[in-house]
Amino acid sequence: MADLHYLSLSKGQRFLHRLSRSIRQLPGRLAQGVKSLALAVARIFVGIGRDLADLATTFLQGDWKTKTSYFIMGFGSIARGQVLRGLLFFLFQVVFLLYMLFFGGAYLAKWGTLGDVETTRVGRRTVYGDNSFLILLYGVLTLFFVLAFLYTWRANVKQNKIAEQILKSGKKLKSGKQDVAALADNQFHKTLLALPTMGIFLFTVVPIVFMILVAFTNYDYTHQPPGKLFTWVGLDNFRTMLSAGSANYGSTFSQVLLWTLIWAFFATFLNYFLGMLVAIMINKKGIRLKKMWRTILVMTIAIPQFVSLLYVSKMFAADGIINSYLMQWGWISKPLPFWQDPIWARVTIIVINIWIGIPYMMLIATGILMNIPADLYESARIDGANAVQMYGKITLPYMLFVTGPYLLTSFIGNINNFNVIFLLSGGGPMSMELGGNAGYTDLLITWLYKMTVNNTDYKMAAVIGIIVFVVTAVINVVVYNAIPSVKNEEDFQ
Amino acid sequence: MANKQQIPEVETYIDHEAGIIREVKQPKLHSKKGRERRANRAIYITLTIISIIWLAPFVFLVLQSFRSYLTEDGGMVNYLIPKAFSLDNYRYLFEDGQYLKWYSNTLIIALFCSVLQTGMVLSVSYALSRMRFKGRRLFMNIILILGMFPGFLTMIALYFLLKQFGLTQEGAIPGLILIYVASSGMGYYISKGFFDTIPKSLDESARIDGATRFYVFRRIIMPLSKPIVIYTIMMGFMAPWGDYVFASYVAFGKSDSYNVAVGLYRWVNTMDFQGYFTRFCAGGVLVAIPITILFFMLQRYYVEGVTGGAVKG
Repeated sequence: MADLHYLSLSKGQRFLHRLSRSIRQLPGRLAQGVKSLALAVARIFVGIGRDLADLATTFLQGDWKTKTSYFIMGFGSIARGQVLRGLLFFLFQVVFLLYMLFFGGAYLAKWGTLGDVETTRVGRRTVYGDNSFLILLYGVLTLFFVLAFLYTWRANVKQNKIAEQILKSGKKLKSGKQDVAALADNQFHKTLLALPTMGIFLFTVVPIVFMILVAFTNYDYTHQPPGKLFTWVGLDNFRTMLSAGSANYGSTFSQVLLWTLIWAFFATFLNYFLGMLVAIMINKKGIRLKKMWRTILVMTIAIPQFVSLLYVSKMFAADGIINSYLMQWGWISKPLPFWQDPIWARVTIIVINIWIGIPYMMLIATGILMNIPADLYESARIDGANAVQMYGKITLPYMLFVTGPYLLTSFIGNINNFNVIFLLSGGGPMSMELGGNAGYTDLLITWLYKMTVNNTDYKMAAVIGIIVFVVTAVINVVVYNAIPSVKNEEDFQ
Repeated sequence: MANKQQIPEVETYIDHEAGIIREVKQPKLHSKKGRERRANRAIYITLTIISIIWLAPFVFLVLQSFRSYLTEDGGMVNYLIPKAFSLDNYRYLFEDGQYLKWYSNTLIIALFCSVLQTGMVLSVSYALSRMRFKGRRLFMNIILILGMFPGFLTMIALYFLLKQFGLTQEGAIPGLILIYVASSGMGYYISKGFFDTIPKSLDESARIDGATRFYVFRRIIMPLSKPIVIYTIMMGFMAPWGDYVFASYVAFGKSDSYNVAVGLYRWVNTMDFQGYFTRFCAGGVLVAIPITILFFMLQRYYVEGVTGGAVKG
């Protein structure tokens, strides 16, 4: 498409054009991604090669202190007077060796099978065998520990090399006191990030790696440790999830995925436009009590969702007050199936979500609307534009431009919007046509929850989790390239 | 002609509002202002309807919390206004003991989270905003990718991890605090965005004068960051009140370790047939009131946080 043609399009058409271009470019980009990944891997190997060479030369050219440090970490540092550094290295090595010897090594050794000694009953006594769960979990931990050890060992060697160079040039090494002082100054980021990184590593990275691995095992209620073992099954679970047939989840999965996307679309864009509309109404010149209107709307943000949504879900129940009053007034003869009929339930959820979602958008839009230069409207008014024209030509493009990233995060957030679905419908109505305990309003994320808590089908929960990740990542990549980035601000005039 | 037809219509409307004299003197502006007024009237009507819809469920909730479960009906009934106002539900909440336990559990979790999470989030965001070091981009990318995994995926692994240390069931409170706080550094985006807006020259001039990074952080950046500190504390305090998933999973089967969300969810969904509905309403009201008051007191900071975060993405 020629530049001139592109410029003649309206904002909306430009967005669609960029979106379609972004989708068309996806294969190319994927290929590029694979290529850069391969390059990265190659670079890693080259780096390792260079590292090994460096290790060898350091060993050969280094003095005896350096050479000893290859086997006793921190020896060189202590011998050269950097006692604190040396002791830390040494301590790490001792802890690592003890850990591997008495704890981690055994778990890592059984990683290939996830345990082969069954739990048996001898007479009335239970003799516990291997625990596949712990083998997998501690295996992951140990693997990370080994990597950390390799990294630290390399750092320890590098320390020696640098120290030798510094001493050769006649300068002094840093004392332990200086090292500690640096932690509040040049190395302050280490102090700041140490605890958060540990937390994220232990409570996010390890569990996620663990669960990714679970997706490739047969861990479920029939293989529950410590009573039973589970083991690797390759891609079987993904096949069960994605292929059709009565024993598989294929049709249920496509149903749930489709609804997840439909839900995310409506939840995002309905709230976006309605919230903007409400913000425009409240901010209009001449409307009084602005603060009061805003406060009333924000009530749904302030009150915890489990109170408001649970109550509203009961309001719409078959014996809830809405049906009761409609029947008392004689408008209907039998209760409306808000939560019993798939279509009713889906529409009800989307409508109630407006109640929860508009206030956020109203707050955001209010801030942005105030930033739109007033002279834009002034000149438009002089040119004779009416309110609708001004909205279409000024307000909307400006909003879309500024809130592009917000729309993206909001869409992703809605894909993972557990609370609204879980508290309102609990995923129901259920159906025999859907497998895996799924209901017609289940999102992938609530299905994951049910798989974990109700079905204790951990392997499938893990598969769903990986799929949610893939969906999120793909949407992020595709859309992020389509929205005007914040950088080229001159795009909007 | 058209103008003349509009005038009477406009005049009757203006009678309700102030400023009639000036309007009548300028018939040309009149029609335009009249249109404006009609538009405003439509907006007022719309906003009133919206407000009613927005507030109705909360009014209903409060109304039903006053229906006695002893003398009237504690379940779901087909009328809103109780036949006799009573405080039986609230009395039950205070005398039963269980609800107070849930409430104090949640309060303890919320207090710890608000302090500890703030420490975590501010550390991460300050380091990423102000300092340039090896692995910074890698760190941010890893967090971005980790964020794309659904949070509940890790539930089972976390449960068993906590169980190893006895932090489930009886020990669910410290266990939950640990879960909420440990990974909270991943939510650094909004406060990093805030730190980014504070000019770097402030740091640099202080550093030239010999101040350490730590000093700059404590004495220069923190005093300027009151809004974002309050926002972070507020979020840390409010989030635990609404968490059902982790709280119910970690405290599984041990009702003394529930938080209010889990306890009340059980009242309304599994013990519904025993007429716990009005007691749920009362319990909900008691949770909502302090949180709402707190929210409106700090609303300014919340709005700053939300809008700042949205625009920067």
